[in-house]
Amino acid sequence: MDTLSAILFATIVAGTPLIIVALGQLIAEKSGVLNLGAEGMMAMGAIAGFAITHHSGSPWLGVLAGMAAGALMSFLFAIVVLTLMGNQVATGLALSILGVGLSAFIGKPYESEILPTIGPIRIPLLADIPIIGDPLFNQQALVYLSWLLFAAIAWFLYRSRPGLVLRALGESPTSAHSIGYPVIRIRYLATLFGGAMAGVGGAFLSVFYTPLWVEGMVAGRGWIAIALVVFATWRPLRVIVGAYLFGGVMVAQLFVQGSGLGVNIPSQFLSALPYLATIIVLVIISRDQNTVRLNAPVSLGQPYRPEA
Amino acid sequence: MLRLERRPEASHLMSYASPLIAIGLMLVGGLLLFTLLGKNPLEGFKVFFINPISDWYGVSELLLKATPLMLIAVGLAVGFRANVWNIGAEGQLIVGGITASAVALYFQESEGVHVLILMVLAGGLGGMLWAAIPAFLKTRFNTNEILVSLMLVYVAQLLVSWLVHGPMMDPDGFNFPQSRMFEDSALLPLLSEGNRLNLAFIFALAALLVGYVFMYRSFTGFQMQVAGFAKNAARYAGFSAKRMVWIGLLSGGAMAGLAGMAEVAGPMGQITEHVSSNYGFAAIIVAFVARLNPVGIFFASLLMALLYLGGEQAQQYMNLPSSISNVFQGMLLLFLLGSDVFINYRLRWKEAVA
Repeated sequence: MDTLSAILFATIVAGTPLIIVALGQLIAEKSGVLNLGAEGMMAMGAIAGFAITHHSGSPWLGVLAGMAAGALMSFLFAIVVLTLMGNQVATGLALSILGVGLSAFIGKPYESEILPTIGPIRIPLLADIPIIGDPLFNQQALVYLSWLLFAAIAWFLYRSRPGLVLRALGESPTSAHSIGYPVIRIRYLATLFGGAMAGVGGAFLSVFYTPLWVEGMVAGRGWIAIALVVFATWRPLRVIVGAYLFGGVMVAQLFVQGSGLGVNIPSQFLSALPYLATIIVLVIISRDQNTVRLNAPVSLGQPYRPEA
Repeated sequence: MLRLERRPEASHLMSYASPLIAIGLMLVGGLLLFTLLGKNPLEGFKVFFINPISDWYGVSELLLKATPLMLIAVGLAVGFRANVWNIGAEGQLIVGGITASAVALYFQESEGVHVLILMVLAGGLGGMLWAAIPAFLKTRFNTNEILVSLMLVYVAQLLVSWLVHGPMMDPDGFNFPQSRMFEDSALLPLLSEGNRLNLAFIFALAALLVGYVFMYRSFTGFQMQVAGFAKNAARYAGFSAKRMVWIGLLSGGAMAGLAGMAEVAGPMGQITEHVSSNYGFAAIIVAFVARLNPVGIFFASLLMALLYLGGEQAQQYMNLPSSISNVFQGMLLLFLLGSDVFINYRLRWKEAVA
């Protein structure tokens, strides 16, 4: 692989967990639920995925375990904010603190373990295209799955009836309720889906990407995914574009330092780039008040209780 | 079946009882956790909650740990009351620690009280500077302060990592990522011999008092309270939303920066990569458990400090990872937010309507 292909390859791999997590959050947010616990759910997904893969030897069981762990965490969140009408911002934050702490706690015995590296899956013919062949078609299975997820979600939201209901509910839960849709139940499902995807994203990090477990390895990716949904103005295609953009920023560090360009930038400055980039894109997208206001689901973050 | 029914008016009793319910639920959660780990829960509770404060030295350590939590939580509460969500106190603490350390290292040769005074100012200003970024972006570009202040936590962590590996590294320190030890003139005076409790604890008590007066006795504090309860009412009354964002974020930043100063000039006596032990996040929990009330913050800080010390003890005597503290802290906040429902609702047994 030449340098350009290698950069593209790494960018796509780095962007993949962001796509999976952000698309999950997108569904939850479309229903009106803002779950700031993505960081904690990812951390739990990462340790569950790592532990199960380590014991079973099957990375796919690991991904399933990650999915279950994320969903379980989001279920806790859903009980507090949907059934008990707790403050969504504070509850999401509590979930992040709990998830990061609990994952560190559970993960202690696994800190020195390493999983076998999982090779890419090569798609014949397409992978032979110069430059983009390898990055796009000789990839980890979850990269392909993230594209399928995107297609499924885009179709669901804009081409299916349940998707329409979900969007309507996020705009006006009162109207959705009055024409007979079970608002709380649908929000539960959307929140659980968001949690499950956050878990998968976490498991991707610990099982496929690194593949090891270190406390704090999610390193803000959950928060970046939440920012990404805002940046994408709640549109799936823009989530993909944004995720690869961030993936590119994340891998820039490796290539600048390995490039032998003679630049001597402290590694910490390069590591700070994804966080600074997040702030910059948030500024760009929020600069015009209407961009966010017109695109955000109207009921986002608001508690709702159907008054029977 | 059991159903939630809206109370005619919010229950005063429940708003005080719900933190206690949450603490009770947290203990039940701890019981389950210890049992799952195959430890004797009673012994676990003793190690976690009793042993750390079984002597005076333990109590002084408790107050020492509670100090940064009180400082930060009271600063954050000012903003939270007006729905200004500063989630980045952890970063503001680190930057306050950095700026205070810069002063300490610059005045290495000098004696006198001016060093400490300058460190206090530098710490507070450093934290304010870091908090001013989300405040500016929020008021100028309408950027979400939660995400910006949080991203800046990671940036601050990288910043301090770079500094202690580079410009601030102790030249005679065998390349350890830490600064020189500070001179005595750059250390906060101890309150008594034989333990590590220092002047910062008095600062924290003063901050609680000032916070109380500001929140309950000043017009601006009242305005911020109104804005928190009813945004539109505050707007119609002509209260400036931007001013509240600035006050909310800067007060949290100043207090977090001061807490950072108190760490480097107190128990640490130097700056390392580990300026904070998650105090910035724990203080958010403190603020909520305390219902954003300074008196409550005093007690909630003690509880949270006990969870820290308990975690250390559990690591030492029960061979459990110290992150068990974070598990307890997260559970506490989650349970609190859940049981808050009973402030406005009550459980009623109702026949299912056919």
